[in-house]
This record gives sequence, C-alpha cells and structure tokens, in this order.
Amino acid sequence: MTTALSVRDLRKTYGTGFEALKGISFDVQEGDFMALLGPNGAGKSTTIGIISSLVNKTSGSVSVFGHDVEREYTAAKMHLGIVPQEFNFNQFEKVGDILRTQAGYFGIDRKTANARAEKYLKLLNLWDKRDERSRMLSGGMKRRLMIARALVHEPKLLILDEPTAGVDIELRRSMWEFLKQINQQGTTIILTTHYLEEAEQLCRSIAIIDHGRIIEQNSMKKFLAKLDRETFVLDLGVDLQAAPEIPGVALKMVDSHTLELEISKQESLNQAFAALSERNIPVVSMRNKANRLEELFVALVEKKN
Amino acid sequence: MNLQQQYNALETIVVKEIRRFMRIWIQTLLPPAITVALYFVIFGTLIGSRIGEMGGFSYMEYIVPGLIMMSVITNAYSNVVSSFFSTKFQRSVEEMLVSPLPNYIVIWGFVLGGIARGLAVGFIVTLLALFFTHLQVHNLLVTVTIVLLTATLFSLGGFINAMYAGSFDDISIVPTFVLTPLTYLGGVFYSISLLPPFWEGVSRLNPIVYMVNGFRYGILGVSDISLGVAYGMIILFVVIMYAWAHWLLKKGIGIRS
Repeated sequence: MTTALSVRDLRKTYGTGFEALKGISFDVQEGDFMALLGPNGAGKSTTIGIISSLVNKTSGSVSVFGHDVEREYTAAKMHLGIVPQEFNFNQFEKVGDILRTQAGYFGIDRKTANARAEKYLKLLNLWDKRDERSRMLSGGMKRRLMIARALVHEPKLLILDEPTAGVDIELRRSMWEFLKQINQQGTTIILTTHYLEEAEQLCRSIAIIDHGRIIEQNSMKKFLAKLDRETFVLDLGVDLQAAPEIPGVALKMVDSHTLELEISKQESLNQAFAALSERNIPVVSMRNKANRLEELFVALVEKKN
Repeated sequence: MNLQQQYNALETIVVKEIRRFMRIWIQTLLPPAITVALYFVIFGTLIGSRIGEMGGFSYMEYIVPGLIMMSVITNAYSNVVSSFFSTKFQRSVEEMLVSPLPNYIVIWGFVLGGIARGLAVGFIVTLLALFFTHLQVHNLLVTVTIVLLTATLFSLGGFINAMYAGSFDDISIVPTFVLTPLTYLGGVFYSISLLPPFWEGVSRLNPIVYMVNGFRYGILGVSDISLGVAYGMIILFVVIMYAWAHWLLKKGIGIRS
C-alpha cells in the first residue's frame, strides 16, 4: 500500500522559544480517513502548517506520496489540498474567481480551471453564488468555498483543519456525506476536529497529539475497544426525588425525570433495568451520554498530563 | 511545473493584479491623473512661464518627462506594496504558499502587475500633458526601455516593502519618507546641473536621478547623466532588488512562521 503522508521526527521551535513539536512521526496510508486530534495548542495546526509550507520546520522531514515537501515541492504540492481553520481568501474577490485563481496557481489552464470551478462549486452547492463577492457569503458557505478551493487541482491527499467549526448540524452532516463520498472515490483525508463525534463517525484511524508529541496512533476500531465503561442517559416515565441505589450500577440524578447510568462493558444492562422495574421506575428512552471517543480522548489526555 | 504550467500560473497572477487595479480605478488611476494635472497647471503654466527655459526647452516641456516618470514610479510601487500586503493581511498569500508556484513566478507576477499600473498611469499622464504642451519623442527605444526598467525596479521595491510590512503604517512609511523626497530631489522639476557641485554630487547618489534623466533623454534628447551610466545604474539596482526579493520569499520572511 502506498504511503500518502509520511512525517518523520518533526520538530518545531518558534522564535519565542516555544517548542510546539517535539519530534513527531506518523504515516497515513493511501485511501485512509484519519483523525488528527489533540487539545488546543497541542501542535495540530503547526503540523499541518509545516506539511503545507506555511510554517518553517526546525528539523525532521515530511513527504507526500513519496515526495519531500521541500526538495520536491512541486510534485508534493500537486498532490496536496489544504482546508485551513481560518478563512484565508480575498474577501473582495468573487467566489468563481477564487477557484479559478487557485487553479491557475497550480498551472491549470483557464478553460480547465473554469470547468473545475463549475464542478466543485456545484458539488458544494455554491454555483449560484459564483458571481458574489466572497465576503457576502455566510460562515457555512465560506467553509464550503475553502473545501471547493482545496479540491480544484484534484489532490490525492486532502487535509482539513476543523472544517465544520461553527457550522450548523444540517450543514455539518452534509459536509460529512461529501467527505465520505470523496474518500470512497480514493482521496486520502486527514481531519482535525474538536467534534469527536465527527471523528468517530468519519475516520478509520486516529492519531492524538498532545504537548507536541504523538500519544496515540491506532485504528479507530482498536482505539474504541479500549473503552471499558459506558454512560447512558435514561429518560424516566415518573418523577424521582433521589437516585435509586442498585448494587453494581452507578446512578446519578440529572433532573427529576432523568438518570445517568454508568456501567462496565462486562456487565449486562438487564440487571439495571430489572432493578428499576422492581422499583416501579419506567424507562421511556435511553441514549449514550457522550460519544465513546470523547470519553477515551479525555481520559488519555488527562492521564498524560 | 513545466513551462506551460508556469505560464498559466504567471498569467493568473498578472490578470488578477490588473483586474484589481482596474476594479478600483477611482483609487488607482484617477488620483495620479488629478495630481499631475495640478502640477501641469501650477508649475508648468502659472509658475513655469516666469521661470523661462531649462535645458533649451520651455519649463513645461522640461518637467513633463519627470512628471510622467514620477507617476510611473509611485504607481508601480504602490500597486505592488498594497496588493501584496493585502494578500498578507487577508492571509490569501497562503493560497500561493500551498501551491507549487516557483518564487520567481510570484515575484514576476506582482512585478508585471506593478508595471501594468505604472504604464497605465504613465499613459494617462502623457495624454493629459498633450493638453498643456507639445510632446516629441526623441528616441522611442530609450523612452520605452527606461520606463519599463524603472517600473520593474519600483515594483520590486514595493514587493520588498510588503514582505517586511507588518501593518498598513509600514507600507506608507517608505513612500512618504523615502520615495517622495527622492523623487522630488531626483531632478523632476530642475536640472541637477543647476545645483552647486557638492549637492550635484549628492544628487548622483539618488537612483531616481538616473531614471528621470534617462527618460528625459528619450523624450527631449537632453540629460544631466550619460545614457550608459543611467542604464548601468538602473540595471544594477534591478538586479540587487530582485535578488533581495527572491531571498525574502525563499526565507519566507514576513509570510511564514
């Protein structure tokens, strides 16, 4: 299998003396959909900055599809598409022009650039905005514009730095569908996000970075299997004054008709339901309190700190 | 990138730059036309008639090449400095940094944009001059090459200024405190041969003297400086400024952390 991205012993110390990356190494295989997670200030954006040439590394190496991003920067960048965290397009330019200009920077001729701009603006539902100045777009449209711009040269590796930040749920889900679709068509994707539910839903592998070091790299499936306890939220059919006591099950009142139930993965939920039933406490509905990845992520980062 | 791809990339930047200054023509093309028209009226017609001849020409005829060159210099410079700093300020410079654009394509794209605006304003000013005086061209080749080299040099200057600039104040400091005094003291309004020998010598340290005189030779056939020296100095400055701009871009000074 081809390695889409290879990062080796990457270090970055800023002029202020702050050591943002302390020698990180990881690989991303072609076709993968990887989540790069970490708390704020962990080094995610610095890593992406170095991969995309926006930040000068202190030492180490990065290669994209086997091409070093410094020595063979033309070949490396041809394969790479970046969707940054902050809006970084000219606010006074028209939406269509932004895509055509970006295509031009990759050496694409005007006719092909026009066709690509039309293709990706249509795919991201921005075609009817093509003649509008980009500053007139809503936040969600601006995010989609950056995705369209990153795809206009049809890269094999797409890196998205918090692409759904501040985007409403409906739009977020449509972006998820779009990303799944292009991943299925062969584009390797690396995603950073603070919505861990998003990472859990979309990604097949995961790398967690904290204080400039990789503290976990695994497949999502294996990583999630590490979780040994789960918390459920139970909506009750009656009002309670206090949480009932059931041996082996931790119950906590959220409000008078909602309970939180924490249970080991080895234990059966039947026992808890039977005990509640005996006490004439009907359970109307049940859901996971938080997504599993979030629980693991918090536990891991807290443990390392 | 192969040659065709590089041409496509260069064309993209140049077209974008020309589109930018044409879109905001009220800020880019109109003000220099008004300013120079005022110079023609005040210095050429009102005061110039009392000054008499200079270098064998009426004062108005004598200052026209200098005023055209002054417009080319300030507009080539300000086009690149404001456009490139704007890409830094809005972070759209990242669009170029993540692409495979070679550094020389970025520099020449912006420089050609600066040259285009310098020439556009120079053309407008020349048309305006025809309302006030008769204009001859003594040597078309010298006129064209000097104006192109000068626009190139000051576009490079604007690029370097924008690379270092961290705020909008930084892009107005050089034009205000360096470019304007050098232009006014560069022989636009007078022949440096009128100065005492010491100040004439000092004036020869001013690069704009070589450009104004080279251009004046192209239009009128008179110059305070020999043509060979003028070309030599301008080309030397272009080479130095290009090397400086390329080094800044390679190091990513002001644009990469």
